[in-house]
Amino acid sequence: MREKILAVIEKNSRIDIKDLAILLGESEIAVANEIAEMEKEHIICGYHTLINWDNTSDEKVVALIEVKVTPQRGMGFDKIAERIYQYSEVESVYLMSGAFDFTVFIEGRTMRQVAQFVAEKLSPMESVLSTATHFVLKKYKDHGTIISEPVQDERMLITP
Amino acid sequence: MRNPLSDKIVTIPPSGIRKFFDIVSEMKDAISLGVGEPDFDTPWHIREEGIYSLEKGRTFYTSNAGLKELKVEICRYINRRQEVAYDPDHEVMVTVGGSEAIDLALRAMLNPGDEVLIPQPSYVSYVPCTILADGQPVIIELEEKDQFKLTAEKLREKLTPKSKILILPFPNNPTGAVMGKEDLEEIAKVIEEHDLFVISDEIYSELTYEQKHVSIVAIPGMKERTVLINGFSKSYAMTGWRLGYACAPAEILKQMLKIHQFAIMCAPTTSQYAAVSALRNGDGDVEMMRESYNQRRRYLMHAFREMGLECFEPYGAFYTFPSIKRFGMSSDEFATKLLQEEKVAVVPGTAFGDCGEGYLRISYAYSLENLKEALGRIQRFIQKLEQE
Repeated sequence: MREKILAVIEKNSRIDIKDLAILLGESEIAVANEIAEMEKEHIICGYHTLINWDNTSDEKVVALIEVKVTPQRGMGFDKIAERIYQYSEVESVYLMSGAFDFTVFIEGRTMRQVAQFVAEKLSPMESVLSTATHFVLKKYKDHGTIISEPVQDERMLITP
Repeated sequence: MRNPLSDKIVTIPPSGIRKFFDIVSEMKDAISLGVGEPDFDTPWHIREEGIYSLEKGRTFYTSNAGLKELKVEICRYINRRQEVAYDPDHEVMVTVGGSEAIDLALRAMLNPGDEVLIPQPSYVSYVPCTILADGQPVIIELEEKDQFKLTAEKLREKLTPKSKILILPFPNNPTGAVMGKEDLEEIAKVIEEHDLFVISDEIYSELTYEQKHVSIVAIPGMKERTVLINGFSKSYAMTGWRLGYACAPAEILKQMLKIHQFAIMCAPTTSQYAAVSALRNGDGDVEMMRESYNQRRRYLMHAFREMGLECFEPYGAFYTFPSIKRFGMSSDEFATKLLQEEKVAVVPGTAFGDCGEGYLRISYAYSLENLKEALGRIQRFIQKLEQE
């Protein structure tokens, strides 16, 4: 049941428990319990909203930063990651395989603000060897959802 | 001027769906639960294969029977699902949708006056295609009490010395009925006893929700007398690509191919290349879509129960077939009134045969939001009727 619940709410976290139970052919209580369990186990970590900021009047700048670090003795990557993700400007942090170590997404109001964060907070960190900052120009698809254009039902109304 | 028209074609009534379509098209902002096709786009890897074939300039005819590569994949697929082996060189052909295959099979097998047993409610083309092929349609009226399955008894009732072909439309459009292995075995006995041939339209074979689809060709002795029809429209959400296929004994297939060769030449090349990718890499997509339909099927059935709309549980395709008999209206009246008063389009059961009277076909190939809105309106409509 878990996988099925997750598959539905990953796309639609606002769905009623009642509707979800009907869709999955389970009882409402069973579904509610399962969700509560998954929240407790930190499988479900939140219910966020997918916003296309480009369509609002808010100015937002998002940058992807490749970060190379030297893991220090007794510290490992996790400790460094923690130092990075504590900043509220940081949207997400991933440990990567390949040519660099972390991918860090930063959100700011202006490019200057983002640049300042990199220059003043991220780069000077002890373990950080180098950074490469890439600004996001346009978001097409996020969380498996195409956000650049609305989807329309183009089928004919009645077909055999 | 002389009458330019053929009497045969003029006397065939236009599809009942067509009539309703004309009414619906004039109504702005109607919500429809009336489509007979998936709400998914064709999975991207399939579309991309089509695009790639165009980029590579694969814009020529294929051989009449279709791309060898595709025929081989079709045979593998049937073997995977039904454990039945077909010879890609002599027993398979690719057609322009399942519909063409229905027409070809009837034309290849019928002599004037031969009777074709057609269970109804069912897809709209079996009767007219039979008439066009000079056959005589004999309707078997399926009933809700049998879960709209074809029973041996019902089949026997309609047999005559002229009976030649039985159409097997399962999983069924519009009822959503399916036939299990035991059901088919019963039918198979009658088929053998009376030396009938079968046209088995299995276009919804991937969309069953309780048990895996069993094809009649998997019943011993049936492959030799069956034209198996399937296609890509419903399982891979590829309706617009117009691609289907038929598998049949070489002797029958050869004649079908002759008609196809003169009338069609070959199925669209782009679609054929795309279909290869569907069969090779599409199992996951089918699985995902099936689960999604199944969820919405449960939702619709639940909503019907809540609003007191009787409906037998459909285990296949993406249709429900609720009964509206208790409202004392014909299907046509009900559907028309529902459209006028609540702007919800559904298809009257009679579009699929006279015995569809008293029923509606309601499709669940829609988003949950759409279903919710439409079901809310149907509920309001029913409440009004009950108060009258």
